[in-house]
Amino acid sequence: MLELNNISIDLNVQNGNGKTRILNNLSFKFEQGKFYCITGPNGGGKTSIAKVIMGIYKPTEGRIFFENEDITEKNITERARLGICYAFQIPPRFKGLRVKDLLKISAAKENMGLRNSLKSVGLCPEEYMDREVDESFSGGEMKRIEIATMLLRNPKVIIYDEPEAGVDLWSFHKLVNVIKQKHEREKAATIVITHQERILALADEIILVSEGQIKQAGTPEAILPGIKKDIECELSGICGGDDYAECCR
Amino acid sequence: MLNAVDKGLLETVADLYKIPSGAFSLRKNGSGLFINSSENVTVKAKEGQPGIDVIVKPGTKNESIHIPVIISQSGIKDMVYNTIEIGEGADVVLVAGCGIHNSGSEASQHDGVHNIIIKKGARLRYIEKHYGEGNGSGGKILNPQTVVEIHEGGIGEFEMVQIGGVDSTHRVTEAKLGKRAKLVIKERLMTHGEQEAFSDIKIELNGEEALADVISRSVAKHTSSQVFRAQVIARSAGRGHVECDSIIMDSAKISSIPEIRAEHPEAELTHEAAIGKISGEQIIKLMSLGLSEEEAVKVVIEGFLR
Ligand SMILES: Nc1ncnc2c1ncn2[C@@H]1O[C@H](COP(=O)(O)OP(=O)(O)OP(=O)(O)O)[C@@H](O)[C@H]1O
Ligand SMILES: [Mg+2]
Repeated sequence: MLELNNISIDLNVQNGNGKTRILNNLSFKFEQGKFYCITGPNGGGKTSIAKVIMGIYKPTEGRIFFENEDITEKNITERARLGICYAFQIPPRFKGLRVKDLLKISAAKENMGLRNSLKSVGLCPEEYMDREVDESFSGGEMKRIEIATMLLRNPKVIIYDEPEAGVDLWSFHKLVNVIKQKHEREKAATIVITHQERILALADEIILVSEGQIKQAGTPEAILPGIKKDIECELSGICGGDDYAECCR
Repeated sequence: MLNAVDKGLLETVADLYKIPSGAFSLRKNGSGLFINSSENVTVKAKEGQPGIDVIVKPGTKNESIHIPVIISQSGIKDMVYNTIEIGEGADVVLVAGCGIHNSGSEASQHDGVHNIIIKKGARLRYIEKHYGEGNGSGGKILNPQTVVEIHEGGIGEFEMVQIGGVDSTHRVTEAKLGKRAKLVIKERLMTHGEQEAFSDIKIELNGEEALADVISRSVAKHTSSQVFRAQVIARSAGRGHVECDSIIMDSAKISSIPEIRAEHPEAELTHEAAIGKISGEQIIKLMSLGLSEEEAVKVVIEGFLR
């Protein structure tokens, strides 16, 4: 239902020699009702994939199809209205905008349970509704509010960008359950960008992204052992320093 | 009496949907239209000068007083002198606001001098909204001057909002604070088109432990211009903070000049000023929730000025 077709993104950079390629000829087909995880090293291109799907980045080359329609030229708003949702890795803060304002904007339909969305992520509505989404919130609170806004959407494709980042252990498990329940209920294509094994294990398919490319894709059974081996190798002290790439690949 | 335009203005500047039952004064097109006192609040026409006196009895609690001014006739130039006295220990809300509807070609102008005295231990929440509308070529001009005196332990909470449509404004606010007096000024300003706004705030902390907090937020669009100057002078061991935060758009111009001056070794004064464009991340976030770019800008600005 969502197809990335030979996507490359070159960004102009201010220093250096002009251009850097952040996604390199990347193709993938996401299917409705499936649960995907994207993982891979920092700077590998995970968030860039989310942004190109949401329309925040325009591909330099390649096309994006959604339900058999070419949406490459559609802007962010149009894609949101088609049912594409994206929970940011680092949600922006707004001076003056209250939690309830943000939730109201997010609600796909009127009278959706704004209060319940907060409760689902473990935030007390009485305490949070009237607060402003500004610098006064902690990092973890921002992430949980971001997930709460997603619960109010009516998605066909929903991307969560490291929902675990900065979230405490208790809330983490709550968030995982909430994401899972929403997926089971609504049967969207769910894409979770994550570094957490507990989430990776839930996937129908794990996509390993590095250097702007998909290095591997497959079931957790197929992908996780390789990742675990890399980690063991790292911990054993055999690799490290300049030998890292040699030893672990 | 009141037509639809008047009612619209009253709603906008004073949140009034009808004439309230308590202490009230309504000035329309340069003359007093209604005036009403309550048991504890006297509202009367000033002698020898245009304007009113509002006298709140000591100890009065939970009352709100409305003194809106509306101008719906083109070419009116109005000037008033108001004196507002809040008696010892009273705790009241005063809503002053001015709305101009100018559909003609001549300028409409309202200038007001408000003398406000907050007596010992009293508290006043003062809300002033300024608003202009009407598509005539005539200017909509508002020049308020507010002189405040806060006695020992008194509290002033001032919300001054210019919502839009005022072509030219020069606002002067001066305050003198006594011992343990406290003043919080929240200013919200939006200019668009070719409007000009000038706001000059001067607060003197004269008594021990006086406290002043000025928080100004503004948005300037199109080719409008704003000058904001806030000065806090501590002559005692008082504390003061000035914060000016502005969003600049299009080809607007903003100057922000906070000044703090200490004349006492135990004074504590701080200021912050920032001018910047709307953050791209905020707009992207709101668009990804289905808002158009224009709607997203509107949400960000309305939130910022709330
Ligand atoms: N706007 C940008 N300007 C310059 N470089 C960028 C920009 N966006 C992404 N990049 C670069 O592209 C690469 C991929 O970034 P991306 O944010 O997609 O990584 P990521 O896989 O999400 O990493 P992380 O795990 O740290 O979140 C990085 O090297 C990053 O520095
Ligand atoms: Mg990322």
